[in-house]
Amino acid sequence: MKRNPERTQKIAFFFLFLATLFIVVPVGLILVVIIQKGLPAINWQFLSDIPRQGMRAGGIFPAIVGTLYLVLGAIIFALPIGLMAAIYLSEYAKDNFLTRIIKLAIVNLAGVPSVVYGLFGLALFVIFFKFGASILAGSLTLGIMILPLIITASREALESVPYSFREVSWSLGASKWQTIRHIVLPNAIPGILTGTILGLGRAAGETAPILFTVAAFYLPRLPKSAFDQAMALPYHLYVISTQVPNVHEKIRYGTALVLLTMVLFMNLVAIVIRYKFRKKKKW
Amino acid sequence: MRKFKEFIIEKLILLCGLASIFFVILIFLFLLKEGLAVFKIATPLEFILGKSWYPISEPPRLGILPLILGSLLVTLGAAIISIPIGVACAVYIAEVAPLKTKEILKAGIELLAAIPSVVLGFIGMVTLVPWLKQIFHLPTGLTALSGSVMLAFMAMPTIVSIAEDALYSVPKSYKEGAFALGATQWQTIWRVMLPAASSGILAAVMLGIGRVIGETMAVMMITGNSAVIPHSILQPVRTLTATIAAEMGEAVVGSEHYFALFAIGIVLFVLSFAINVTADLFLHKKK
Repeated sequence: MKRNPERTQKIAFFFLFLATLFIVVPVGLILVVIIQKGLPAINWQFLSDIPRQGMRAGGIFPAIVGTLYLVLGAIIFALPIGLMAAIYLSEYAKDNFLTRIIKLAIVNLAGVPSVVYGLFGLALFVIFFKFGASILAGSLTLGIMILPLIITASREALESVPYSFREVSWSLGASKWQTIRHIVLPNAIPGILTGTILGLGRAAGETAPILFTVAAFYLPRLPKSAFDQAMALPYHLYVISTQVPNVHEKIRYGTALVLLTMVLFMNLVAIVIRYKFRKKKKW
Repeated sequence: MRKFKEFIIEKLILLCGLASIFFVILIFLFLLKEGLAVFKIATPLEFILGKSWYPISEPPRLGILPLILGSLLVTLGAAIISIPIGVACAVYIAEVAPLKTKEILKAGIELLAAIPSVVLGFIGMVTLVPWLKQIFHLPTGLTALSGSVMLAFMAMPTIVSIAEDALYSVPKSYKEGAFALGATQWQTIWRVMLPAASSGILAAVMLGIGRVIGETMAVMMITGNSAVIPHSILQPVRTLTATIAAEMGEAVVGSEHYFALFAIGIVLFVLSFAINVTADLFLHKKK
């Protein structure tokens, strides 16, 4: 039989399409199932009450608050360092060996398994610095984990500001830092914001780094200070789905839905900012 | 005065620029500090190739071979599932899909990447695990295969997005040249685009696998956590990452068990370092 290139193409494209469906359909199903089964659990009490009866009833308020604290702490730590590192790479770094090593370090930092971050946080913050299992230790661990994400996103944002903007500013007598501060940064803010929000989402969803650095199995009150332990949503979901028997399915799905909504909402905000910015871009 | 202020700011910026190097070294040093003590009780060879992991027996037996094999088995399964599907999806998005579909598909992939691993683990527990139990008539659905399937979904966003970038960065003239010679779209993809993007695709695959090896929560929730040498993909296994996550909470600080878990951390760190450096080399070769 003679090979017919047209038919081969049709068959090939069909399989490519099939592969794509194989990824996209399960994603859709996962979302539908979680929303469908989780929605009945969501009410004001679930969102605002402490867990009761060994986490089999009541709400998840302390876990929500704990996650918010952790994420906030992580970003307070990671954003200044990440942004300055990005400024260094985009505005100051020359194309030399040191820069190459920095970039490699960022790639590696992004690739370190999340549970290894947990070990590191335990060894450095909890034990060596004697913070104990605390919001501070957990936030710092999460902060280091999202650092590469923030650096990469901010650097891309800074580098996408046209070089001519800088040249004009210099020609007007502005110094290098003045140019960065007043010309480059303002134009890069949407991109930096996008990266920061994606970092927030990532930090909110991670469990392994907080396992030994902050997460409390069951703590039916709000944390009192940065040195207090806290519950966290992802860890809470892990606990009620594997460690505590006879938790009603509704509560598990409800917790999963709240976590997923939080993370996806942040991603959505980031995508919207990026989209609006792209449309508004004047260069 | 202003010059002085700028001098300080620039030094601060340089310092932050170096922060990534500092943190990578710091992580490695602290893993070594806490983990190397294990080699007072077990030689590195005994540790890596020891067949039994009984960390709290007396004396403790700290062989991580079952855990390494568990990780390998799960990773291999995930790779077999995710590489063909991921690369095919990348090709579809980059070369075949119409513009609007492309945007939707990319958003879908980003969505998948954003789902926290503990949520995927939970979904695996309530759907995949009972299905597998029923289909294969197993005593438990918590098997290496469940882990592989779920992890394949976590590797796919990485593979798709990086492979797609690699395809985009192939010079347009290659494609135009192939079309000018009368090649069909598929012939162009198969004979020109894929070979031209091969090093980027290879990097995509490696980074996807790196993600799988390091994954913790989903694996811990659905692979059954039994630290024995696996004989089939339908058996419960325990991975390196899950061992750390499951046992560190109970390990006494300063005990052999504690040291051994940090030593596993060293293994994971070195592994991910090797994968990332190699993948980075491939990505740079492209340019």
